[in-house]
Amino acid sequence: MTAPGSAGGPPADPSRAVEAVWRLEAGRIIAGLVRLTGDVGLAEELAQDALLAALERWPRDGVPANPGGWLALTARNRALDLLRRRRVHERKVAELGRDLSDAPGPDLDAALDDPVGDDLLRLIFIACHPVLRPEGRAALTLRLLGGLTTEEVARAFLISEAAASQRIVRAKRTLAERGVPYELPTAADLPERLTSVLGVVYLIFNEGYSATAGTDWTRPSLCEEAMRLARLLAGLLPDEPETHGLQALTELHGSRLPARAAPDGSPVLLPDQDRRRWDRLLIRRGMAALERAAASGPPGRYTLQAAIAACHATSPSFPETDWPRITALYAQLSARWPSPVVTLNHAMAVSMSEGPEQALAMLAPLTTTLPDSPHLSAARADLLARLGRTSEARTAYLQAARKTQNPQEKSLYLQKSRSP
Amino acid sequence: MRYLVTLKSGPMDAPPPQALMDAILALGAEATASGALLDTAGLAPSAMGGARVALADGEITVTDGPFAETKEMISYALYQVRDRAEAVEWAARFLRLHRDLWPDWEGEADVLSVFTAP
Repeated sequence: MTAPGSAGGPPADPSRAVEAVWRLEAGRIIAGLVRLTGDVGLAEELAQDALLAALERWPRDGVPANPGGWLALTARNRALDLLRRRRVHERKVAELGRDLSDAPGPDLDAALDDPVGDDLLRLIFIACHPVLRPEGRAALTLRLLGGLTTEEVARAFLISEAAASQRIVRAKRTLAERGVPYELPTAADLPERLTSVLGVVYLIFNEGYSATAGTDWTRPSLCEEAMRLARLLAGLLPDEPETHGLQALTELHGSRLPARAAPDGSPVLLPDQDRRRWDRLLIRRGMAALERAAASGPPGRYTLQAAIAACHATSPSFPETDWPRITALYAQLSARWPSPVVTLNHAMAVSMSEGPEQALAMLAPLTTTLPDSPHLSAARADLLARLGRTSEARTAYLQAARKTQNPQEKSLYLQKSRSP
Repeated sequence: MRYLVTLKSGPMDAPPPQALMDAILALGAEATASGALLDTAGLAPSAMGGARVALADGEITVTDGPFAETKEMISYALYQVRDRAEAVEWAARFLRLHRDLWPDWEGEADVLSVFTAP
């Protein structure tokens, strides 16, 4: 070991160490501060103050022996100072009012030592509260629980920094204005609220997953952040089957990320993916999470989707995939949570288990519900090509190319239109 | 980004204190719950069945443990984190537990970046 006496050796750049500790601790620190102050915006400001203090002090005085504890304690002390000042202020106001009773405030010291896991869980529920718009929930979750900067949130959603900042500010303001309490949902409210929380993590994962170009490093890392959040949720709510289902879903899909893009960045579709490049560790973890989901209750929508992903993950090749099982799982999914996108995927599974003719019939009604979907056109094109209806397939591929906004997808469809 | 952290220890003449083992379990649970720790395991000393397979001058040789080195690999951990500094912080937390709960112990953790596709 070089440099004894410091926290495992002095990091080359103390500010990197501050940021690393900050990202590991941000969620818990902010969660604790929200419990003390009851105000997400204020809690974040106080936490940022502690971060700034660390950025100032650590490069000068060295990284403290317990950097996470230092940040948490500094943030707490600032919150307590503020609350004490406020209480003094309130007492003075009350004295002026004469007849106001000197009601005791909350016991600050007792409030300091609640179980931390609960705090974090409450923070997740507040950041994903249904009063917020979905994009606000996702931005706030990344900001509060991921410790992402506004700039990183902006890059994650491919929006301007101003727009990202506005989403976060608006979300915090909405929580304050609507007086959303910092508490765990009651048993009766849990299913609905949990659906919102899981939906946000799923949304974050999809934001990263739909990036086919792979040039911007924050997009795959968004998938990783979603996987991290899903693992966190499964740990915090182990009795809810869908937390394990979502973890399984993100890890099983995540396992295919390395094979989804060619070296030049062009997308590689499932039938053409090199399965040796799938991440075995994530598959193993995803399968284990799926087992936990199955053991803890009847399958929900994420568990069903994870079960479908598991069929792909465990199949040695595309043709050898268990298509009848996938078709049955999609039938279950579409019976309970029908959507045009599920029907589209269901049809593609049917095309493999029963034949392209049957699948084509299933797609027909979707032209009214998904008129602008490039994926619907591409799916039709694929089925028509497999039926030997080459010129119709060509037209459908051209349609798909016209509808997509993604340049990589566009060139893929154009290429397929030339030799369907 | 994924990092493999291996822990090497100097010669140990006593088993680790129970308090350290408990703290290691707690840290492992925390890292797992936070989503950073993907996999971890302890490794038996090379004397208990380790081997080195080497290729030099076109010849493959197998050497049984124990090795002549003073350090033994005692565990590995695989982390999924955002950058090297985070992996270093997890490794440092692990060593901090040893510093605080087993003052005689000396060892080192290597933080290795795992190549992943873009």
